[in-house]
Amino acid sequence: MATITVTVNGKPHTNDVEPRTLLVHYLREQLNLTGTHIGCDTSQCGACVVHLNGQSVKSCTVLAIQCHGAEVTTIEGLAPQGQMHALQEGFWEKHGLQCGFCTPGMIMAAADLLERNPNPTDDEIRHGLEGNLCRCTGYENIVRAVRYAAEKMAVPAGD
Amino acid sequence: MIPSAFSYHAPTSVAEALSLLQQHGDEAKILAGGHSLLPAMKLRLASPGVLIDINQIAELRGVVINGNVNIGALTTWSAIETDGELASVCPALAEAVALIGDIQVRNRGTIGGSLAHADPAADAPAVMLALNAQIRVTGPGGTRTIAADDFFTDMLSTALEPDELITSITLNKLGAGEGSAYSKFAHPASRYAIVGVAAYVKLSGGKVSACRIGVTGAGPKAVRQTAVEQALIGSDGSAEAIAAAAAHAGEEMDILGDIHASEGYRRAMTKVYVKRALTSAVARAR
Ligand SMILES: Cc1cc2nc3c(=O)[nH]c(=O)nc-3n(C[C@H](O)[C@H](O)[C@H](O)COP(=O)(O)OP(=O)(O)OC[C@H]3O[C@@H](n4cnc5c(N)ncnc54)[C@H](O)[C@@H]3O)c2cc1C
Ligand code: FES
Ligand code: FES
Repeated sequence: MATITVTVNGKPHTNDVEPRTLLVHYLREQLNLTGTHIGCDTSQCGACVVHLNGQSVKSCTVLAIQCHGAEVTTIEGLAPQGQMHALQEGFWEKHGLQCGFCTPGMIMAAADLLERNPNPTDDEIRHGLEGNLCRCTGYENIVRAVRYAAEKMAVPAGD
Repeated sequence: MIPSAFSYHAPTSVAEALSLLQQHGDEAKILAGGHSLLPAMKLRLASPGVLIDINQIAELRGVVINGNVNIGALTTWSAIETDGELASVCPALAEAVALIGDIQVRNRGTIGGSLAHADPAADAPAVMLALNAQIRVTGPGGTRTIAADDFFTDMLSTALEPDELITSITLNKLGAGEGSAYSKFAHPASRYAIVGVAAYVKLSGGKVSACRIGVTGAGPKAVRQTAVEQALIGSDGSAEAIAAAAAHAGEEMDILGDIHASEGYRRAMTKVYVKRALTSAVARAR
């Protein structure tokens, strides 16, 4: 066991973890943040995407112990309690989900994409979400949802 | 799935990492980006008893460009991809790296980890062969440099000793009359190369005076294409010359067949992608 302190969604947490504990299991089982999903055993589906020190990562392929001292943002921390991030609103408005299993990872990956490229083309959205698999939507409405969020975020606050 | 139990060390210097490697011997594995090792550990294809996480060793990270290009082993794909100066002096590398996996893989995966792992479908090995990379490694006996040509020995096997660490990779900057390119047929789900081809050409007085080609994905390890290179050198680099040279692609190598692509198909695609990579490398050299 090792003791780690990780700032998750702005709040520091100190916990004992086994070195083999994956970040996703730490978030889901020790912090009860079950918004981050596990969709595969092969690091390919992206259901587990969170932000680690501002970069999107697959939390199933990072050890929790490697996050000692780091900042992690999960889907629960993307917007203040009771509010929706433009991406969450976009997925709602544009019907960007069906079963919703892929959605938290999709939104976290899309948030990283919009951070790097605030006005992506549809091609850039598809390329930016390559690491996220969806078995339901056919992706079309996911692209629309991300475009909706990009447009909404481009409008200066107060307008 | 959860890896089997291991003890974890996070050294902050190369010397400390080497002494941990010595101390734990066969039981120990280096952890860099973890995007080949952790998936294998989750599937219990690998169960090291000790992990030596090198992510705290700052000197292993970063790109320095002066007379040539020096890339620290721990530099992530993302850092390489977003380095504009690196892209202008090593276009084939920038092109290959942008096609690796997805952004989350590129945010964690490192160039040193990819070379040490030597996955037969990894992209970087082909680029290292084409660009004549020099791989710096350090171990208990000191530091040595291994040319890319001598580095990849077999499937998942390299000239690296178990107690050695890759510290950096040195590449030449492209000069006037030189061009390089990477062309890849990616597996649609994993994005690893079914066939990936890196090409380097130099033109002098309107003729191809040097050429190096590395192919990955097609066989058990990344290899040069000397028959193609020899056929192209001395030619004018025209479309006809490239087509004639590319017809030799895959000649002196083992080609793999699997559920994703048969041996015959991979062989045919090797010719196609050698032609594409050469065409864009020659266009850039002009
Ligand atoms: C979904 C997915 C898709 C991918 N797609 C691609 C792709 O399209 N193309 C591609 O090329 N790769 C792909 N990869 C692999 C990815 O690029 C890996 O990150 C890379 O191959 C290994 O680098 P790493 O830093 O993650 O190494 P790790 O997984 O940490 O280590 C790999 C091996 O190298 C050893 N090692 C690491 N660093 C050193 C060092 N400095 N010195 C000595 N030994 C060392 C380790 O002990 C281990 O044996 C993909 C991976 C995933 C999960
Ligand atoms: S759970 Fe599938 S990529 Fe992490
Ligand atoms: S909405 Fe069901 S997997 Fe994407």
